[in-house]
Amino acid sequence: MDWTPYIAGAGIGVLSWLAFLLSDRPLGCSTAYARASGMIERAVRGKAVLDRAYYKQFAPRIDWEVMLVLGIVIGAFATAFLTGEFALVWVPPTFEAAFGPSVPLRIVVALAGGVLMGIGARWAGGCTSGHGISGTLQMALSSWVAVVVFFASGILSAFLLYGVWP
Amino acid sequence: MKDALTRLRRNAPVQLSLGLALGVAFGACLQVAGVTRYDVIIGQLLLTDFTVVKVMLSAVAVGTLGVHLMRAAGLADLHIKPGSVGATVVGGVIFGAGFAVLGYCPGTVAGAVGSGALDALVGGVTGILIGAGIFSALYPRLEASVLGLGRFPTATIPEILHVNPRVVVVPLVLLIAAVLYGLEYLGL
Repeated sequence: MDWTPYIAGAGIGVLSWLAFLLSDRPLGCSTAYARASGMIERAVRGKAVLDRAYYKQFAPRIDWEVMLVLGIVIGAFATAFLTGEFALVWVPPTFEAAFGPSVPLRIVVALAGGVLMGIGARWAGGCTSGHGISGTLQMALSSWVAVVVFFASGILSAFLLYGVWP
Repeated sequence: MKDALTRLRRNAPVQLSLGLALGVAFGACLQVAGVTRYDVIIGQLLLTDFTVVKVMLSAVAVGTLGVHLMRAAGLADLHIKPGSVGATVVGGVIFGAGFAVLGYCPGTVAGAVGSGALDALVGGVTGILIGAGIFSALYPRLEASVLGLGRFPTATIPEILHVNPRVVVVPLVLLIAAVLYGLEYLGL
């Protein structure tokens, strides 16, 4: 059997210890996008954006979680580079096999999925890391419900999208 | 020990560096596990590749043990998010649809960008930023309507069971181990 997913998963578990111990925070990614989105919108449309009730709770500034997400980009890049897996790819193989090699199609689909995910993650109060790992390990009821719904809806949507169900 | 931890947690520049350092390690784990790849995530949602479940469940098992031990020793506090049908379930359905259409999640999309996935950068990250912006604009109306519907009666599973959290830790870890053993037994 392949132990890689278990070793990497255990590593993430240990990182969650460090996050709770050293930073008093759960590992989570989705509020970083809300803060970054607020910072970008502020740069484009001015300070009025900061009056939104949501940004009174989640101030658009560079915080621990924004740094965490930047760190993920760097860590994945360094690892991919060192293992020779780094490659610039527009259309992932599974997508290409089902929907063809069109780059614009893949970008439009990814953009639509990203918008849904951006709305859904903030609506549900977390994502696959904040709810799916950090929340479930604290045995939060909301997180166990969220992760079950994430996967149920994701599996149903993927089956419809890939025509596994006609 | 507790005073030193409190000082560390209040030191803003150190916290930003810690966030970055933990992120680098997190990104390395995601990349090594292979979950920064669209094909692996879609494979999970199409039930042909169980890598995502294996990574998440082993993280939860290891995380649960350590976090609850640290909590018992007074070194860590829990951060539980409250939930409701209107927020958790409705938001979860929207997230799940996005999960399948995008083929990454907010953490793995950042890892995918690092590994060179341009669809993750140009489509995924941009889309999530736009979606988060749309949510922030809709938030007052959503909060006044759907988000509070059907609030969950308790915050945690041990509270539902009326037991101390530590009583649930060992059975949960054993259950996760059994599920993972089952996946390997079935060759998934």
